[in-house]
Amino acid sequence: MFDADFFRRWMAAAAASVEREAERLTALDSPIGDADHGSNLHRGFAAVAAVLEKEAPDTPGAVLVLAGRQLISTVGGASGPLYGTLLRRTGKALGEAAEVSEGQLTGALRAGVDAVMTLGGAAPGDKTMIDSLVPAVDALAESFAAARSAAEEGALATTPLQARKGRASYLGERSVGHQDPGATSAALLIAALAATAETQEAAGVRR
Amino acid sequence: MRMLINVAESVVADALRGMAVAHPELTVDVGNRVVVRRDAPVAGKVGLVSGGGSGHEPLHGGFVGPGMLSAACPGEVFTSPVPDQMVRAAAAVDSGAGVLFIVKNYTGDVLNFDMAAELAEDEGIRIAKVLVDDDVAVTDSLYTAGRRGTGATLFVEKIAGAAAEEGQPLERVEALARQVNDGSRSFGVALSACTTPAKGSPTFDLPDGELELGVGIHGEPGRERRAMMTSREIADFAVNAVLDDMSPRDPVLLLVNGMGATPLLELYGFNAEVQRVLTERGVAVARTLVGNYVTSLDMAGASVTLCQVDGELLRLYDAPVRTPGLRWGV
Repeated sequence: MFDADFFRRWMAAAAASVEREAERLTALDSPIGDADHGSNLHRGFAAVAAVLEKEAPDTPGAVLVLAGRQLISTVGGASGPLYGTLLRRTGKALGEAAEVSEGQLTGALRAGVDAVMTLGGAAPGDKTMIDSLVPAVDALAESFAAARSAAEEGALATTPLQARKGRASYLGERSVGHQDPGATSAALLIAALAATAETQEAAGVRR
Repeated sequence: MRMLINVAESVVADALRGMAVAHPELTVDVGNRVVVRRDAPVAGKVGLVSGGGSGHEPLHGGFVGPGMLSAACPGEVFTSPVPDQMVRAAAAVDSGAGVLFIVKNYTGDVLNFDMAAELAEDEGIRIAKVLVDDDVAVTDSLYTAGRRGTGATLFVEKIAGAAAEEGQPLERVEALARQVNDGSRSFGVALSACTTPAKGSPTFDLPDGELELGVGIHGEPGRERRAMMTSREIADFAVNAVLDDMSPRDPVLLLVNGMGATPLLELYGFNAEVQRVLTERGVAVARTLVGNYVTSLDMAGASVTLCQVDGELLRLYDAPVRTPGLRWGV
């Protein structure tokens, strides 16, 4: 089972990972976007980490709703509403439970990803964050490790695709051959989730 | 790279501080990043709020003032503002007559303004939205995010702004804004890529002796790259691209817009060529605007926007305007 503290650790891990990888995300965004994905997400997740240190919501749902709202308020661009909606709607789907199971988390994350698809109008294969999120949620039923691998593979698999959404879509065929920065950052978020879960499991075994 | 800045992180805030002291007729909220005309809210008047990434100056903050925008929300460089800014701007300018959001068709701008509209309506503010999508360089909107909003934004803001100033109701201001957008088409050309302060190097690689045809306003590459052309050849290409997509019946407004790093000497020369093509194609130009209005930082190049007008739109275009970036009749 996962409590509010687990979700706070997930967000902190995500913030640390985005900070580490900000330059790489911006480099990926340079040829097909406008070279700010890393700096924008870094600004947003730093704000999430800060607000979660100040306020400590006591349910998993409330942690994610607060984190999502913070992203919407600080990131801007398309990433702000899309990542904000992902976390907010996942949090809402978790309801008010003090602890949630792995199955509940999987279902809620699926609801969050569905909301992102509705908002952005993207489907798998459009060369967006959806290309790593959908396989990750599908694999989550198996294990966190499987979800991490699926997200990473999904991000890598965007390279040969032609973008149909967002600013990269204006490049048409010239978007082919570049890994999508949004799918890459989404894989970081899933990897942070997996790492947080594995740390908790390891601690549980020791106990 | 040499830029007249302190650090990349404070570029937008520093610019707003400077704007505030240069233009005491505006209220510039540097912390919340909202630029509002000093006398807002004006009783009985529809509010006009526009916004988008910074780096396109004078768009949009430079178009705030009587006869044009009521408020503008500048985002980070080339990044759309966030809903909080837009809601704050709407609340600052709403007199009860409602607020029109003017949104350029970029995914980030659309999503954030959509969220802001919901939040503002929750606060009891009546919101209408108009989407600007005039860029004919984006040909296939089925497999892209749709046409980009570029130069026509100026015409939408000016004409809708004049209608709002006259006290016309929200529905009418919105309809006029939509009419201006529907009758506008643009095409842009880049002679060099721009450099964002955060990245510090050109956003795309454009070798000497080449140009990009069909660029947007974020330093994104265009739809085609060719060997450098003369002003005359570029004018032929750009105007024909626009006219292939519209058949003006009435006289048009013409905007020959600089992308930021092309001097007026070149822009006026380019305008001469643009007007030559238009004459050859039998299109009468009612008004011409030449200058840097919808820019992309230090990108060199220009865009051409045509806007089909009738007598009413032309009257509203000619109406007095008093903003930092556009000013006449007062």
